[in-house]
Amino acid sequence: MSAEKLLSDLAAGAGGVISDIPVGHDEHITRLRELGLVPGTKIRVVRRAPMGDPIEVSVRGSRLAMRRSEARHIHITAE
Amino acid sequence: MSATASASESRMRQPAREPVFALVGNPNSGKSTIFNALTGLKQKVANYPGVTVEKREGTCFNQHGKRIRLIDLPGTYSLNARSPDEAVVRDVLLGRRTDTPRPDAVILVADASNVERNLYLATQVLELGLPSLLVLNMTDVAEAKQWRIDVEKLSQRLGVPVVPMQATFGKGLLELKAAISRELQKADNKVLPIPPDILEGLQQTRADLVRSGTVAENASLLEPLYLISDHDPAHYGIEDSQVNRLAAAHDDLENKFPGWEDRLAASRYEAVEKLLLGALRRPECDESTTTDRLDSVFLHPVWGGVCMGAIMLGVFYMIFSVAEGPMDWIDQITGLAGGWIESIMPGGDLRDLIVNGVIVGVGGVVKFLPQILLLFFFIGMMEDTGYMARVAFIMDKFMGRVGLNGRSFVPFFSSYACAVPGIMATRTIASPKDRLITILIAPLASCSARLPVYTLMIAAMFPASGVSTLNKALLMLGMYVLGTGGAFAFAWLFNRTMAKGRSSLMVLEMPTYKRPALKHVARYMLERAKLFLVRAGTVILGLSILLWAAKTYPKLSTPEPADAAAKIEYRSSQLSHSIAGRAGHFIEPVIKPLGYDWKIGIGLISSFAAREFFVSTMSIIYAVEGEDIEPLKAKLAADKWPDGRPIFTPLVCLSLMVFYVFAMQCLSTVAVVKRETNGWKWPLFQIVYMTGAAWLASFVVYQGGKLIGF
Repeated sequence: MSAEKLLSDLAAGAGGVISDIPVGHDEHITRLRELGLVPGTKIRVVRRAPMGDPIEVSVRGSRLAMRRSEARHIHITAE
Repeated sequence: MSATASASESRMRQPAREPVFALVGNPNSGKSTIFNALTGLKQKVANYPGVTVEKREGTCFNQHGKRIRLIDLPGTYSLNARSPDEAVVRDVLLGRRTDTPRPDAVILVADASNVERNLYLATQVLELGLPSLLVLNMTDVAEAKQWRIDVEKLSQRLGVPVVPMQATFGKGLLELKAAISRELQKADNKVLPIPPDILEGLQQTRADLVRSGTVAENASLLEPLYLISDHDPAHYGIEDSQVNRLAAAHDDLENKFPGWEDRLAASRYEAVEKLLLGALRRPECDESTTTDRLDSVFLHPVWGGVCMGAIMLGVFYMIFSVAEGPMDWIDQITGLAGGWIESIMPGGDLRDLIVNGVIVGVGGVVKFLPQILLLFFFIGMMEDTGYMARVAFIMDKFMGRVGLNGRSFVPFFSSYACAVPGIMATRTIASPKDRLITILIAPLASCSARLPVYTLMIAAMFPASGVSTLNKALLMLGMYVLGTGGAFAFAWLFNRTMAKGRSSLMVLEMPTYKRPALKHVARYMLERAKLFLVRAGTVILGLSILLWAAKTYPKLSTPEPADAAAKIEYRSSQLSHSIAGRAGHFIEPVIKPLGYDWKIGIGLISSFAAREFFVSTMSIIYAVEGEDIEPLKAKLAADKWPDGRPIFTPLVCLSLMVFYVFAMQCLSTVAVVKRETNGWKWPLFQIVYMTGAAWLASFVVYQGGKLIGF
């Protein structure tokens, strides 16, 4: 297994598999899971917004934008 | 589940009522396009009572000529509601809202190019046990991405009919109509994708909530699940005394099964993946699509900003400038209508009411239509093409600094032309808190109605020529900067202080670019215009008539003289004799610290209808005829306090401009905020905070200016 990184730290174009998202009483994170970001899902950073935040990710064949403050909770291992 | 089933069966047995179908799907799944295609013009928009969520209903006929009532529910990602819109969907589907019947059948709409996330919601809804069918929309987009979906297999596994569609082009509509004409079946849900231990816990929760009377005895297992997974304590149909029970039930489950909500999401995605195994085939990595190529320009670090700036300026130019032509025609038409009435009716109170109350009021309402139509044309185009999400993506960081999100940008920016369409555009902001804050600060953007006031004051400030145009322009620019700064400061403050806790999650779907459907956009424009006329227009009209009465009564005891010059003088003294005029005197002590006398007070009061009325009111008070500001400017410059000091010193003019930067002073905005927030609470709050800020800012300017020797 390669080193774990945070989704917020990935460069544009880089990707991996979601290894861990904290569980518990945080409705924002739960909603991210409901949008398809569950452990084991492939994810790739497509680009950052011109001002550096938010980031656009490709997950399950569709595109989502999220703030880096949310992406910080998502742990990624390289494929 | 059986309880729900028997409840819906008993409803089915009532033959009198026409069947109710609900459209359910994710945002951006093309649900509204399908709703429009099915109902045509037979639809209406209202509000769900108690929340600012729009209720869209229509009727259509199946192939046997039977009438069907169709409800287009708000777009949602999950039945675990995270916003008032999503809570409405859950409550309607569970049959918990008294104002809306539980649907007899559900038309699920799923975006084929995004099928996993869309099936997340679809499977949740299917488990509720209502007869259903699934529309797989936008199959063309999926094909462009080289996705292959086996419709037959999917239908078999879900247990409901699956209809592929390309709703924008009308493809699949006949098949959909045929499908809703057949008897629809309930999906076969033998196994819920809920881990067994949590399922057991939920059964306990349900039993507890039934015992305490929080949910009905025949409630399915899923009803308490979706109620406790909504973390908003305000629940429709749950009494305050029961609300704590829901929170306690949630915490109890959380203690027993830490992270149970996250586990539910994961196990549902597992189930969706299994459902699609062999039914969905797609390339290993994303193909580079047209959308990617367009985004490499529109979201480019440099060109993205340039493109957006150009598009926004274009939109702004259209609302600010192009709308002016039709607005002038409307002014002329109301002028003509008033003149015509004056020529055919004998003079008197009734004629005055019709001409200066009703016609001016109606004109004032209709005048907004060109701006509203234009703005919603652009918003419709931007939403339909998918560009709106890109604007939000680019501007999110900027708006995020004051606690708003990228979606607030277009409504706020449009408010520089006019806050009325700007506030109406806040419907596109999903987060209720961000939407409310955007509504509250939008009128601080210096709109076009402030320009006449700024122009008059700048003219009065520099009576002698010789002040460069550049200085005047800089002063004008300063007012825009001040308004913008004020708006952001208040946004920051409201974001910090308003009760509703942390801001909502900013997750934005970045849809693929699409060709806009002009029919859809046109319908959207007309719908918004109609809603404005009906809901806000009536309030504006009523308030303008009240204000007319305040400016007209009580009347002077002497009759109006026939001589033209005496007439102008007479109108001036009539106005100061009226309620509005007396109110001007009455508030003089309050506005004196700002440097204003009672005449300015009358101007402030009557321009509460609309800011540009300040100029016409001052013309009446100073007995000046005509639209030209030069004679008015001369009169202002000559006016003096009783002790001989001039009233309109440059400092007073500046103080007055600053007042207009902050003050609400617009009836139409009040009416629109009332409509958009569903009550008088927020518009009243807005009047108070904006007028307060205006007073304070003008006070600082005037007193501060005096201190440093102006």
